[in-house]
Amino acid sequence: MRDLPRILRRAAGSAALGLLLGAAACAEVDGSATGAEGSDPRTLTVFAAASLTDTFEELAERFEADHPGTEVEFNFAGSSELAGQITEGAPADVFASADTRTMALVVDAGAAEGEPRVFARNSLEIAVPPDNPAGITGLADLAGEDVRVALCAEEVPCGAATRTVLEESGVDVEPATWEPDVRAALTRVRLGEVDAALVYRTDVIAAGDDVTGIDFEEAAAAVNDYPVVDLADAPQPDLAAEWVELVRSGTGGGVLEAAGFDVAAPE
Amino acid sequence: MRARAGSRAGVRVAAGRFPWLLAAPAVLGLAFLVAPLLGLLLRAPWSTFGTRLLMPEVREALVLSLVTATAATAVSLLLGVPLAWLLARTELPGRRVVRALVTVPLVIPPVVGGVALLMVLGRRGVLGQYAYDWFGYSLPFTTAAVVVAQVFVAMPFLVVSVEGALRAADRRYEDAAATLGATRGMIFRRVTLPMVAPGVAAGAVLCWARALGEFGATITFAGNFPGRTQTMPLAVYLAMQESPESAVVLSLVLLAVSLAILIGLRGHWSGAP
Repeated sequence: MRDLPRILRRAAGSAALGLLLGAAACAEVDGSATGAEGSDPRTLTVFAAASLTDTFEELAERFEADHPGTEVEFNFAGSSELAGQITEGAPADVFASADTRTMALVVDAGAAEGEPRVFARNSLEIAVPPDNPAGITGLADLAGEDVRVALCAEEVPCGAATRTVLEESGVDVEPATWEPDVRAALTRVRLGEVDAALVYRTDVIAAGDDVTGIDFEEAAAAVNDYPVVDLADAPQPDLAAEWVELVRSGTGGGVLEAAGFDVAAPE
Repeated sequence: MRARAGSRAGVRVAAGRFPWLLAAPAVLGLAFLVAPLLGLLLRAPWSTFGTRLLMPEVREALVLSLVTATAATAVSLLLGVPLAWLLARTELPGRRVVRALVTVPLVIPPVVGGVALLMVLGRRGVLGQYAYDWFGYSLPFTTAAVVVAQVFVAMPFLVVSVEGALRAADRRYEDAAATLGATRGMIFRRVTLPMVAPGVAAGAVLCWARALGEFGATITFAGNFPGRTQTMPLAVYLAMQESPESAVVLSLVLLAVSLAILIGLRGHWSGAP
């Protein structure tokens, strides 16, 4: 099923590359990325946690610019869902997860090529509508009787972080809904259906003026590490390694930091 | 009765040439539908099936699913049968447009349906804001919201099915009743409805099954809270995030229960084989 579009793309790409060759632009092509297949357009497939959507798309533009003829394709979803797809044999080159627990599933299944590296950290923040109808100022306010709250379901990474924070702080929150991923929880705030949600700081920044973020001390109890790894069955192993490198580089760090991540110290 | 009807059909086929031209794609079609089911059965974690099954959340989600799907079917019957009658038996202006509108929920992704419901009935929705401002009531995140989402997605199946039955029914019986002095309401209740009962039953079963499997509109509009809005499909989806084995178990439970009910109803109602 996947082969047909790839063949078409390859054919179209070859034609385009033919023109490039005529213009002697091939000198720009990075040797290590293209190797013997230099004239073939290639697709790097990255499976990444939904919270990485904006940053990774920005990095993909740079990657494609640095590797002419290469296309980066994403599958953004909940980390656990992606880990399931990878262990079931989905063709992917790189996996970037929103927590180390999910990454461990992939490593334990023998699907990782290298050692997973933490490249960013994210922590929880309270998201409220701009007018903050329930007057939330801190975590304890979420336990109020008339406060309607959306939390991430415990099955997904942001939910695990939520549980840790609530357990450590002893705040007892009864949410209106357990959302299946962090963006769904944020959407509840955007639509004004809830008074507050616990989401990642990066999601608050991505939402712009639609929501207001409130930092709270207790968030330190659950800082999420984001590991990335190239996969054992990667169709494009060399591109995969370069993507991991880009994500961990100063360039990658700048993009991630602008989006609200804490960037891990380079190892 | 049914067994004999089946064997008679068998004899009829045997008398002519076996219809390979139809049988081959038919078998392929059946295999296509059944293969994923076999996959579920083969991958099911039978050794831990019992313990996973007995988790209280499973029973909670199953009960909620059965209750809401049944309620949604009841509401759909109440609203959908008259709507089908209107479409089939009146010269309503713009009937074609109305019919197209009725099928809209069949076409749009249920998640979008859920968002649309939020836009109208949510706390800040077109209508919902008044309910919230005046009475402090808001529909999302309640069991009623689950039913609303299911009705939105499932009622068109009932309407389409009943309208088809009404069109196929012989109108002369209704005309005769009218000449004998029956009122419109009486004709509808005593002549029309009994005539299209099999169509209504089939539509209700379709509607119920669709409501039972409803996921997208429900999670978007009603959210996910165990015992209140977490129906089986939502429980399956969330289980999938953590343990696919549990998701398989839940799916098989939903499948077994719904198959049992559907097969039971089919024999009971209408006598259709």
